[in-house]
Amino acid sequence: MNAHTKSFQLSRRALLRGGGALTVAFALSAPAGKALAQAVASAAGRALDLKEVDAFLAINADGTVTVFSGKVDFGQGLRIAIPQIAAEELGIPVDKVRFVEGDTALTPDQGRTSGSTGIMRGGMQIRQAAATARKGLIDLASKRLNVPAEGLAIVDGTIRPAAGGPGVTFAELLGGKNFDLKLDPKAPLKNPSNYTLVGKSLKRPDIVAKCTGGHVYMQNFAVPNMLHARVIRPAASGATLRSVDESSVADLPGAKVVRIKDFLAVVADDEWTAIKAARALKSQWSEGTGLPAWNEMAKSLREGPFNGDEVLINKGEAPAALPDGAKTLKATYYWPMQSHASLGPSCAVADVRDDQATVWTASQGTHGNRNTFARFLKLPREKVRMIYLEGSGCYGMNGHEDAAADAAILSRAVGRPVRVQWSREDEHGFDPKGPAQLLDVTGTCDANGNILDWKLEMWIPQTTKGLPNIPLLSPNESGLDNVQGLNAGLLSQNGDPPYSAGRIQVIAHWLKDAPLRPAPLRSPGKPANCFAVEAFCDELAAAAGIDPVEFRLRGLKDPRGIELVKRAAAIMKWQNRASPGSDRNAAVARGRGISYIHYKHTETYVAIGMEVAVERATGNIKVERVVCTHDCGQIINPDGARAQIEGSIVQTLSRVLMEEVKFDRSRVTSNDWSSYPILTFSQLPKIEVELIDRPDEPPLGAGEAACAAVGGALSNAVFDATGVRLRQIPFTPERVKAALSGAPS
Amino acid sequence: MPSYKIRINGSDRVVDSSDPDQPLLYVLRNIGLTAAKFGCGLGQCGACSVLVDGRSERSCVMTIAAAEGRAITTLEGLGSAAKPSAIQLAFINENVPQCGYCTSGMIVSATALLSSNPKPTPAQVNAALDGNLCRCGSHPRVVRAVLAASGQAG
Repeated sequence: MNAHTKSFQLSRRALLRGGGALTVAFALSAPAGKALAQAVASAAGRALDLKEVDAFLAINADGTVTVFSGKVDFGQGLRIAIPQIAAEELGIPVDKVRFVEGDTALTPDQGRTSGSTGIMRGGMQIRQAAATARKGLIDLASKRLNVPAEGLAIVDGTIRPAAGGPGVTFAELLGGKNFDLKLDPKAPLKNPSNYTLVGKSLKRPDIVAKCTGGHVYMQNFAVPNMLHARVIRPAASGATLRSVDESSVADLPGAKVVRIKDFLAVVADDEWTAIKAARALKSQWSEGTGLPAWNEMAKSLREGPFNGDEVLINKGEAPAALPDGAKTLKATYYWPMQSHASLGPSCAVADVRDDQATVWTASQGTHGNRNTFARFLKLPREKVRMIYLEGSGCYGMNGHEDAAADAAILSRAVGRPVRVQWSREDEHGFDPKGPAQLLDVTGTCDANGNILDWKLEMWIPQTTKGLPNIPLLSPNESGLDNVQGLNAGLLSQNGDPPYSAGRIQVIAHWLKDAPLRPAPLRSPGKPANCFAVEAFCDELAAAAGIDPVEFRLRGLKDPRGIELVKRAAAIMKWQNRASPGSDRNAAVARGRGISYIHYKHTETYVAIGMEVAVERATGNIKVERVVCTHDCGQIINPDGARAQIEGSIVQTLSRVLMEEVKFDRSRVTSNDWSSYPILTFSQLPKIEVELIDRPDEPPLGAGEAACAAVGGALSNAVFDATGVRLRQIPFTPERVKAALSGAPS
Repeated sequence: MPSYKIRINGSDRVVDSSDPDQPLLYVLRNIGLTAAKFGCGLGQCGACSVLVDGRSERSCVMTIAAAEGRAITTLEGLGSAAKPSAIQLAFINENVPQCGYCTSGMIVSATALLSSNPKPTPAQVNAALDGNLCRCGSHPRVVRAVLAASGQAG
């Protein structure tokens, strides 16, 4: 170890002595915070290397263990799940674990907290680091106690001879010192049958503070000498700023206008003055570059322009001649553009100096953003520190990162720390959007419901290769260096049915662009793809006159999938019969539907069954019951998994029933909760989640797979109830009523 | 600068504001009571809910002038981590929050509900909280917690 690294190690430990949260130090004392920032700003390199145990774990002198996690907790429970994993593997009580998350100076870069990979990837790296650490500690104890490693056992952070006699604690062996150990990918893992922590619903440490007001949210965070800012985004998409009338805010004490090319903001000493200034400021903008007509989005997707077509899957063979009774169907499905619609508008604080920058952000990807911020601030990467603080829930990428860029650019401009708080209109109008998706499916099945031929074509925006980050708004508006491109996540997966088929073809028509800056939105692409796949399979089953559960079980080969569908059907007391049911002309028609996904064909298994009541006179769908069976392999924290699944179901029901971003030819018009309504308590169904734990399988994600199965289950239940197939999201009462009266759905 | 007398969490406070239209939300947050959250500024989402003379009100659209002379209770005033109120404890026991940004407003609105209707039906809970939005989907747990706090099994 060189001196440079050593001094950092000491600093990092000093920061965390006693388990105190670093951010609190910043909140309490700016000079102390600055010193700490300087101490760690130079700490790039070895200590945060993913190949080193020291990057993930520190044994503290007081007997606690600090876990450094690049993956962050934004309400999904990593703050307990990862300590459970680490404590289990190390052999310490979980309350001895301190958890540090998402600070680029302190945590290793484990990639963005996205794609439901927090446990599956991030947690597993930490598990392996902890297993390596345990082996290293046992080796040290073996030397210290002069007992062979095989004869030692760990109990609550103390290593003792299994045969009895004095032991030695982790702190005595290594407290305050480095492991200096390479992470061993083959370090033996604890046998799951001996787990005492993993698999238990231990309480999340933030629950009490969130229920009593003590939790420090990004939106609550402040530093001394900080100005409050509001941004004024272009009046039309792509518009440039023609003029600003600074005199329009002259009567607001302390309010100051900041303009950098097309980036416009106001700053003030207090938040209310900043809000009033943003409202009062008069500015003139050009007309902008225009948007497509929102109600013709599906058509515009088909028209391109395109980067090209790609055959994603082409396997098997269709029969040369169709057997008697075979039926071929064709249908088009559409999923609209949607917003993250975070409950709290985005917020960030930045302190940018000539030679360094500190940014407090609720970003799900602090490490990746460090590069982006260094680029547009023209600072060396190691001089930029991004510190994660939990904000209002985010489900991919809402405005958090844009607000952070706003704050950084404004802080540099005014020479003081700046807090940027977006308005509701900012958040709904300018958060990056889940893109619209259009899908055509053609399928043939025989009289027994076997799929003979399947072709699904999807129209989706293509991710720009090598794009470091979705381009942030204010660096573009202010003309700073900002790599251009688009990334809406892995949109194309699960376009093929998870059932046996003669031939399967999946083709992507890659769009060059998507309006209003696409981004990954929870379970990117899969809610639409699985909706099309599962609803279309239901169409095939109905054409063949086969019960929907029966159809799926005939085509499923994976025993985990089969068990899941069977269990869901059993919970629902599913009656074997073809859809639709017999009361389809009742004033309130009731029905049930099922949907299944093996997420990405390699991850979590989900089956969702739904019972609905459709009111013919109004077109209103009342979802009465949702049953979800869920297999995400080894479960770390059952209650945490359950909360994620419940949330996935409620949020996606909202997306399926109600949500569509609306815009005129220049800007978003669905920019508050009345024009972009989300599901409320009165629409809440009864939700039953059955977890299938597989302790000997690798843990998989629970944060988004269930989202994918919601649309299909609902469309299928409505078809079962009414005989009418809904193929366009959202299923608003107007649209359902029209479909019931024979209009195309 | 004009000043306003407001009773906040049981203490009489005098708050200065040059603007009688300043929303109560910012008055509270400026004195360190940050549980009530800015969600929309339009009275649509309920994240900023506080009790005003026992009723759940939106502090983002209530002016400081309108709050003068009233008794305001925020989440912090209902209980603490060491001594949570019965409703806070029920939310804790049910592990209600995910991000938790809406939770303060949910607990405040639930407190108002149970003070006027100590044994609400699930439908009454849904109706009372319908104006409190949650994006994470914590709704099933909110309902369970409110029913549990009212002494009814969820």
